[in-house]
Amino acid sequence: MENEKAEQIKSIIPSYTPMRELPEDLSLAEAKEMFYSICQIREFELKVRDLWRANKIRGMCHAYYYGEAIAVGACHALEKGDYITSTHRGHGHALARGASPGRMFAELFGKAEGYNKGKGGSMHIADVKSGILGATGIVGSGIAPAAGAALSAKLQKNGKVSLSFFGDGACNQGPFSETLNMAAAWNLPVIFLCEYNQWAIGTDYWRVTKEHDAYKRAEGFGMPGIQIDGFNVFEVYKAVRDAAARARAGEGPTLIEARYMRMLGHHVGDDQNYRDEKDLERISVLYDIEPVTRTREFLESAGVPKEELEDIQKRAAAEIQEAIAYADTQCHEPSLETLYEDIYADGEIII
Amino acid sequence: MSIKTVREALNEAFAEEMERDAGVFIMGCDDGVKGNPFGVTMGLADRFGLERVIDTPISEPGFTGMGVGAAATGMRPVVEIMFCDWVTLAMDQIVNMAAKMRYMFGGNVEMPLVIRVPIGAGGGQAAQHSQSLEAWFNHVPGLKIVAPYTPADCKGLLKAAIRDNNPVMFFENKRTYAVKGEVPDGEDYLVEIGKAAVSREGQDVTLVTYSSMVKTCLQAAEKLEKEGISCEVIDLRTLLPLDYDTVVASIEKTGRVIVVHEACKRGGMGSDIVAEINERAFDLLDAPPLRVGALNIPIPYNAVLESAVLPDVSDVINAVHKSLSND
Repeated sequence: MENEKAEQIKSIIPSYTPMRELPEDLSLAEAKEMFYSICQIREFELKVRDLWRANKIRGMCHAYYYGEAIAVGACHALEKGDYITSTHRGHGHALARGASPGRMFAELFGKAEGYNKGKGGSMHIADVKSGILGATGIVGSGIAPAAGAALSAKLQKNGKVSLSFFGDGACNQGPFSETLNMAAAWNLPVIFLCEYNQWAIGTDYWRVTKEHDAYKRAEGFGMPGIQIDGFNVFEVYKAVRDAAARARAGEGPTLIEARYMRMLGHHVGDDQNYRDEKDLERISVLYDIEPVTRTREFLESAGVPKEELEDIQKRAAAEIQEAIAYADTQCHEPSLETLYEDIYADGEIII
Repeated sequence: MSIKTVREALNEAFAEEMERDAGVFIMGCDDGVKGNPFGVTMGLADRFGLERVIDTPISEPGFTGMGVGAAATGMRPVVEIMFCDWVTLAMDQIVNMAAKMRYMFGGNVEMPLVIRVPIGAGGGQAAQHSQSLEAWFNHVPGLKIVAPYTPADCKGLLKAAIRDNNPVMFFENKRTYAVKGEVPDGEDYLVEIGKAAVSREGQDVTLVTYSSMVKTCLQAAEKLEKEGISCEVIDLRTLLPLDYDTVVASIEKTGRVIVVHEACKRGGMGSDIVAEINERAFDLLDAPPLRVGALNIPIPYNAVLESAVLPDVSDVINAVHKSLSND
């Protein structure tokens, strides 16, 4: 039975790797922190969905639920000061990099206290000072800037590494190829982390891409490429840790293909009319290996008491409740006077 | 002061700014070893190394995006698009990233990026190596646009653009690289972005122009003087922000205005400038403001056809006569 299930999983996630042991350089305490972070993102996104449906959040919201292992594993492997670029599905990246859920909700509610002063919203959360070089709503457009940050690190000789999150859809944008080529040619300290969720909005990646393994493209650019289990936070951690070490040693970029699955819609209001029952039935086996379930199971098997794990989940939920309350009751609408602010630097206004 | 060409003035601006600020670097096709197809970056790689004068592959979207990322992380990149026509390839990074990031991030990022974009026709290079697309960027909040003509302005404005904390589109005209002029010495010489210059004073008609058409307008003014018509020529130098104070002050004197540029007339800078003049200074006008620009067709290869497309001295003179005939 277990074997049959593993086969089913592997037919969708060929790089599926059971979580058997802690990576050698991670402590159990760190693994618990990572679990907290996974729960925090899950809770954030579930609440985002509710609040969007309740009309508290405008525009489009692309939820990161079920992708948590990638953001958390990757960001845990980075150093303070390293850079990331994010995507339209970027809430998890910012949270995993340490952004405050309160200021993020403030941004989603369009408040002046939000990270972007209410001018960016869901698709553009940025905190450049802490290395979050921002999320972009145009698929693939953060890849080249991430390599630019790596070029900057190389010229400044500051030892920083840059990591770009992007999806499988972005692999088919031209700048993906251009940037990987330049990063390899110049040995830039950058990590290309493809969050492979199978869907480019409503189009199955496999319908429009002959070679399904994105990591194989790395060879054509002269860099290592690796395919990993994107539902396994430890596998992501190890891959990014190794890629970051290579980058810092001046050995250049790595392409990591983290296979997971977009279990729900493209955005929280997407009815997925392009996805049939058979497909949803087929992927349902992945709920057994999604990040919250699996990391929790691992920690239990590693001897962490059930109550402690429940407590972690409760704390994460409470933090998100507090964040929402902060954004809802303590933040303010931006004044119309800010309309022209921050188009240009140094307070300059050009009408 | 010393006499220099536009090419030498730009090169000197680069050298001074790279000397002054270790964050300044150049990237573009053929900028390093070759020194740029027009010789603008000649010798800079010898002096500052290929690490700071970077030869890129032919990947405009990619390396423009890298410029964006480097600018956001403490550097002052100068990205070169070898021919303006190919700026189309890099539009996403310029329009959606460089221009928008500061605003959509709530002021939470710096973007000191210069994008050099050589414009201009006249060399038989046909439809994909000759365009002047500067007006497109006037439509994009968040950018500045500079389009100087004289060697002194090219130097002073390139230096100012590099020191500016905003993304600046820098349009130089390929046909003007050998134009000579006096250039002030010293690394402190800057030209303020957003200030026009009166290239020639006059009383009867104001010619508002920039880049290569400054010369055309000055020649036209010279000829018209012999007919007893006195033209004031304004070299805008910066297109965004545009110095309407200088333009309106001149119209106050002349009551007549013609905007002249090499780019296609339809949808060119002239259309927007005339609209602004109508809103700001309609009561000062004695005649409808006019536009002179290239014909609204692609640049053809054949020399006769090409010169028929581009505005010249006689087109400016005709427009001045038309303006004056409208009492």
